[in-house]
Amino acid sequence: MSQRSLTDTTSAGARPPGGGGALPPGGGLTRRRRFGADTLFRAAVTSAGSTVLLVIVAIATFLVVQSLPALRRNSANFFSFHQWFPQDAPPRFGIAATAFGTVLTSGIALLLAVPVALGIALCLSHYAPKRIATGLGFAVDLLAAVPSVVFGLWGREYLARPVADLSAWLHSNLGWLPPFSSKGPYVNSVLLGSLVLAIMILPIVTSLSREVFQQTPSPNEEAALALGATKWEMVRTAVLPYGRAGVIASVMLGLGRALGETIALALTLGNTYLISFDLLGSGGVTIASNIANSFGEASDPTSRGALIASGLVLFAITLVVNVTARAIVFRRREFTGSTT
Amino acid sequence: MSERLGTIAGLRTKRLPGWAVPALAAGGLAVAWLIVYLPGTGGAVLTGVCAALLFLAALVGVSVAVEGRRAATDRAATALIYAAFLLALAPLAAVAYTLLAKGATRMSGDFLTHSMRNIGGRDAGGGAYHAILGTLEQAGIATLITVPLGIAGAIYIVEYGRGALATAIRFFVDVMTGIPSIVAGLFILAFWVQLVSPLFTADHQPEFSGFAAALALSVLMLPTVVRSSEEMLRLVPATLREGAYALGVAKWKTVLRIVLPTAAPGIVTGVMLAIARACGETAPVLLVAGASASINSNPFAGQQQALSIYIYQQAKDSSIYAPPRAWAAALTLVVLVLALTVAAKLLARRSKLAR
Amino acid sequence: MAKRIEAVNVSAYYGSFRAIDGITMTVEPKAVTALIGPSGCGKSTFLRSINRMHEVIPGARLEGRLLIDGQNIYDRDIDVTAVRRMIGMVFQRPNPFPTMSIYDNVVAGLRLGGLRKKALLDEACEKALVSANLWEEVRNRLKRPGAGLSGGQQQRLCIARAIAVEPQVVLMDEPCSALDPISTLAIEDLITQLKNQYTIVIVTHNMQQAARVSDRTAFFSIDSTGEPGRLIEYDDTAKIFTNPSVKRTEDYITGRFG
Repeated sequence: MSQRSLTDTTSAGARPPGGGGALPPGGGLTRRRRFGADTLFRAAVTSAGSTVLLVIVAIATFLVVQSLPALRRNSANFFSFHQWFPQDAPPRFGIAATAFGTVLTSGIALLLAVPVALGIALCLSHYAPKRIATGLGFAVDLLAAVPSVVFGLWGREYLARPVADLSAWLHSNLGWLPPFSSKGPYVNSVLLGSLVLAIMILPIVTSLSREVFQQTPSPNEEAALALGATKWEMVRTAVLPYGRAGVIASVMLGLGRALGETIALALTLGNTYLISFDLLGSGGVTIASNIANSFGEASDPTSRGALIASGLVLFAITLVVNVTARAIVFRRREFTGSTT
Repeated sequence: MSERLGTIAGLRTKRLPGWAVPALAAGGLAVAWLIVYLPGTGGAVLTGVCAALLFLAALVGVSVAVEGRRAATDRAATALIYAAFLLALAPLAAVAYTLLAKGATRMSGDFLTHSMRNIGGRDAGGGAYHAILGTLEQAGIATLITVPLGIAGAIYIVEYGRGALATAIRFFVDVMTGIPSIVAGLFILAFWVQLVSPLFTADHQPEFSGFAAALALSVLMLPTVVRSSEEMLRLVPATLREGAYALGVAKWKTVLRIVLPTAAPGIVTGVMLAIARACGETAPVLLVAGASASINSNPFAGQQQALSIYIYQQAKDSSIYAPPRAWAAALTLVVLVLALTVAAKLLARRSKLAR
Repeated sequence: MAKRIEAVNVSAYYGSFRAIDGITMTVEPKAVTALIGPSGCGKSTFLRSINRMHEVIPGARLEGRLLIDGQNIYDRDIDVTAVRRMIGMVFQRPNPFPTMSIYDNVVAGLRLGGLRKKALLDEACEKALVSANLWEEVRNRLKRPGAGLSGGQQQRLCIARAIAVEPQVVLMDEPCSALDPISTLAIEDLITQLKNQYTIVIVTHNMQQAARVSDRTAFFSIDSTGEPGRLIEYDDTAKIFTNPSVKRTEDYITGRFG
């Protein structure tokens, strides 16, 4: 009898890291009653956990299974063909244009947003007066929660004209560069979409980076100052290196959001299936915006399967980004001395 | 180098007087105005950009000459950092201002209580009641599904999980937090709408519904709820649990009566943030909710509207009455999302455990 | 060439709160001066005012004059960063830059000053680590993170970092209070060696340490809570600890308060 109670409790295992789950006391006089409720509870949460796992695995499996027939019927190369005709006979579709557009728009958005975001984050954490910094920091945090459809709406209505003006200026002065070679008229374009995307990911990258910069241990800042560093040198020596892993994580988070962004881009891109670096002309399409624009007509299994296949590619891309971010943070851990 | 440091003379330095920076800024502005704005080479924005660049160049140049290289670098860095700040402030403030100004114009009691039923392209009326209802119901159902399941799953991972199952759950939940929202929508479209719903409808046709949207939102919310609950549960100190066990309290009681209440504020914060995000999601809901123009209070039958889809559709609508409606709906959605977010943050601040 | 520090009627404020009042004393070069006294009586504030580190706190200011070799470092056209380059500081808790290797930590100050040539940096690094009695222990792992050392080693690393730029003065704010007795002894030995080259001012809670290590000792105290700290007595260490002139000093030394 006591043998069994021992196995019951030891089956709970050794203490896990990070708190939680220490061994409950062993059996005894009231063993039988506790055996009932405890096991019931344990079974309940275990099945919840298993359900979560099953749901996720089911989703992944289902998506893969749904996309395979469409891929098989595809007469074009899925990765190199750039048009989208899943309803042709035979179906021809490929993600070359959409994947390219995804990477292009996200890349430009990052390029524009990250330096500015880091500047704001540093300003709020180390340069601006405390009261302004706290208030503005809170405002930036809130902006990160604003739905992307609002940014898309704003971009379409209010950014279109300034971007058209900018495009005209870029074309007349730098038109010999391929990205600025389009003559106009300038309506929806990669430039407009990327700009909206940049404005959208700005708050996230800013608020996370600001948190990281604020956590720089003040002893390290003081040590730098005591060595005779100017304020910028102190930031360069103590703040930025310490926050590097956190900044990379926040940039990756922003990138992830940019890659998956659908609505803001569906409203501001021109939706043409081309692979080109033309930033100003009416064009641009991403995997996500393509799905949003095409799902209405995707009533047959092949069209749906094609869209799902492209969605899985997008999922894979964001997965790689997340894993890379995780690896970078992990590798720097021994140097930052932080416990994350 | 150390010889120079050693002398007292090395301590003395010239500093730019306090009026130097504003003077340089004004100078840059004046020069830019002269060479860009007056002759018409560019508009106000180009002038501003030129002024900023001129100011920066002048500042660095003067500072190097008077104060030395290190101080000049410091000044340049400070200038750039503040410039980034102002640069970003402009669009973000513009979005906020537009939202308030344009949204408030069209906002009215009428707007909040009427739907778009029978509103054509020439009609100025119409409201977002059906959309508000839809958003609330869909997010509500998604919450009912994910919160118990997610918290229970997190409890398993933290309190009971030891082996491969727990590791697998954590791994796949991690993977799932990165799923693009539109892929979640695609999944529900293909699985629920196309495959499962015909089994329940009278004419065996696929049916868009609010419930489908709720399911799509659940797919997005579940990993987040599990992750944040797990983090909060882990923050509960081990000594709390050990104290309970030492008193002879059963494990299940310890978890329910001691661990969970301690982690509760943090968990609630995480849940509220997840709900806020769900309310704002457009893509997955767009794919499966159906976007009806009429009020449909039954999420299980028939198409339903949501605020996010509503905004999207009005944004694409060519009617001149559409943009104001879009902005009013955007204001409504933002108020809803921000109310949840602010409440979550205030709760987090009061909690002992959450950051 | 170590420097003489003179404080003339120095009072330091944090906002409107006066932390120390009317401190007048002279710190001799190539000697160790200890600042002792109960908690909260302004020893650290005074120490930090010597290299103008107390200004880092917003709202802090100083009245009076602080002269280094006759030059008031609070004059209007004095470059703060130059002052700090001339004065090294070691803090209570070891604070090596966590993202940098041991080597990078030691040469951090030199790099800030613009020194780039690897040969010179290597030489300076070795010299500083030798002076800090840390060279033998780390010579084979200079590229390892600085945070991976033990507490005592980290503090010696910080000392190496401070002296690598060849300052004239070294300030130490309770450098051993976070360390074990063995490391403490090692650092005390180090201080005794360093005083041949530098002016050293050390704040310490540990009276025995002050008696062991310093040549001159200054006793700070406050009259009651909320009052600013004042210099009560300043004399040769031997005299302070055997035959102090002021009764309050004697009360503190003998443990009657503090």
